[in-house]
Amino acid sequence: MSILVHKSTKVIVQGITGSHGSFHAKQMLEYGTQIVAGVTPGKAGESVHGVPVFDTCHEAVEKTGATASVIYVPAKYAGFAIQEAADAGVSLIVCITEGIPALEMVRVKQLLSQKKIVLIGPNCPGIITPEECKIGIMPGYIHKKGPIGVVSRSGTLTYEAVWQLTSRGIGQSTCIGIGGDTIVGTSFVEVLALFEADPETKGIVLIGEIGGSAEEEAAEYIEKRVSKPVVAFIAGLSAPPGKRMGHAGAIISQGSGSAEDKIERLKKAGVTVAPSPALLGETMERVLGSKAAKQTK
Amino acid sequence: MNIHEYQAKEIFETYSIPTNRRRVASSAEEAYKAARELQDDKHIYSVKAQVHAGARGKGGGIKIIKTPEEVRDAAQALLGTQLVTPQTGPEGKPVNEVLIEATSDIRKEYYASVVLDRAVVKPCLIVSEVGGMEIEEVASNEPDKILKAHFSLETGLSSEKARQYADRLVRDPKLAEQFAKIFQAMAILFVDLDCSLLEINPLAVMENDEVIAIDAKINFDDNALFLHPEITKLRDTRQEDPREIEAKAHDLSYVGLKGNIGCIVNGAGLAMATMDIIKYAGGQPANFLDVGGGADAKKVAAAFKIILTDPNVKAILVNIFGGIMRCDIVAEGILAAVGELEKEGKSPLEDIPLIVRLEGTNVKEGKKILEESNLELTAVSSFEEAAEKVTAVL
Repeated sequence: MSILVHKSTKVIVQGITGSHGSFHAKQMLEYGTQIVAGVTPGKAGESVHGVPVFDTCHEAVEKTGATASVIYVPAKYAGFAIQEAADAGVSLIVCITEGIPALEMVRVKQLLSQKKIVLIGPNCPGIITPEECKIGIMPGYIHKKGPIGVVSRSGTLTYEAVWQLTSRGIGQSTCIGIGGDTIVGTSFVEVLALFEADPETKGIVLIGEIGGSAEEEAAEYIEKRVSKPVVAFIAGLSAPPGKRMGHAGAIISQGSGSAEDKIERLKKAGVTVAPSPALLGETMERVLGSKAAKQTK
Repeated sequence: MNIHEYQAKEIFETYSIPTNRRRVASSAEEAYKAARELQDDKHIYSVKAQVHAGARGKGGGIKIIKTPEEVRDAAQALLGTQLVTPQTGPEGKPVNEVLIEATSDIRKEYYASVVLDRAVVKPCLIVSEVGGMEIEEVASNEPDKILKAHFSLETGLSSEKARQYADRLVRDPKLAEQFAKIFQAMAILFVDLDCSLLEINPLAVMENDEVIAIDAKINFDDNALFLHPEITKLRDTRQEDPREIEAKAHDLSYVGLKGNIGCIVNGAGLAMATMDIIKYAGGQPANFLDVGGGADAKKVAAAFKIILTDPNVKAILVNIFGGIMRCDIVAEGILAAVGELEKEGKSPLEDIPLIVRLEGTNVKEGKKILEESNLELTAVSSFEEAAEKVTAVL
């Protein structure tokens, strides 16, 4: 099993005729994802890598029965694209687009709150259930099917963590990049709840970064509700206070949101925090090993 | 994006948030003239250094004085200097302008700000009866003194709610009325202009019972600047690190630091983790540099050149985990950068060792390009090895 996406998930690609949309549609198809339609206004009737293109999400969903959408449209139009996908009736929206205004995302989240839709992102690498379904921009080959759920605010740092796991023969159930923006569709807590409920997920890797309070909220949830072992890493221990590090989410607000605070809070919740980003795989291996040892006793 | 206090106050005026009468000056003579124009027998002057940093008072950037002659001297002393405050770093920020205001005695200082509360997904007005000092200290030591009012984008902050919060700060209904109007105006301004932070500290009750924004701080959401071309014009690049400006021109995200290991990484999280691992291995990163998702060879070349202009850099670590970014593009960028620099008569790799770690999309193609180039570089395959190698060469 896995969470949110699996072999039979049918996906539409919004912005499939653009260079990113087209490149990643091909990568997703090659991975085995069921890409059933593309959407670009004014390009109905065309096809990209054999995938039919429609003018609207509504049409694409109606004709193909798709339940998920992935968005590669420019930031100016991405908020509208999310709304369009939601109105068309998909249950999962993955928004890759970077640079959407924060208040635009507030409006979008407000609209989505009235529906039962999971939005992942924006400004994220997407979601993958290894060897079944890849929705996003992550390199497919670094993943391997297995028992570890991965959730992260970062993109490339997630790949790093996954690669360390795979290199040690530890596979993943599902990997989700929730995105680094101020306002994101899905939080750590929501993903943790799904991993906790998924019988195939035996352990969780959580990757956070400085700024905000998402990691503190995750720690609180883990303390109360998560029985599975969690290994974490928080990026930004070496970042000077007050400096902006590229993400809106990565601003240290003085006195809160520092890497030290987050690490301390996670440790208090029983999370094993890897001291170096290069030790994530090794730490998970050790934690799983000690758990297995306990179970055999 | 940051703007100056005087620019923020001009915006305040269009939203009817009361401010002191003021002039901006870039020379001591202009300052003197401005003071004469503002002069009347009721007022004293404040002269404030215009820099993109807070805690200016602690750095000596704010003077309260009585005569136009003193204003001239204060302006003379500030203009052309680098103002160092607890928020600027040791190099400080250049003072190119001073703001001169006709002010009067303050009876009591309050605090007011609007930020986006990511946990609640709504903007939030934050007010306190304790202003003018370290608000973070108040927040942690006396949390009861911080009041928060969330409001939705659709309805804004209602006049009833604004008044309710004003009444909790002051008893006098006339003062409360003034506070409430300011709170509502702040909420509207924040949403209208896509701010990421709007702060008035202090918001003061003056001796004559007027409520005035003594300071003004506005930060704008960079992602929303395309909606506000008039705001983009307010940018003052003299307040920014020249390498950061150069980076921005190439759509790169760069932050200069104090160490000697230059970093080129894709993705903010991995870039921060790369800095962390360098420190963990005993080294010091010279910068944060995120080449972003859709980088091309040109961008990578630009990143290289920016890093090589930092005289502290003694080694470079390239750490790329390709996703949207392809490793072959990165490899081509490295070759292009070295090629361009060689044309300029420089041979950067002679004194500055280059450690490259590529993984992810098109990694084989990328490694092949580097191998066949005969460039003097050390290719490594793991994150850990990269950090160890780069700290070992120094």
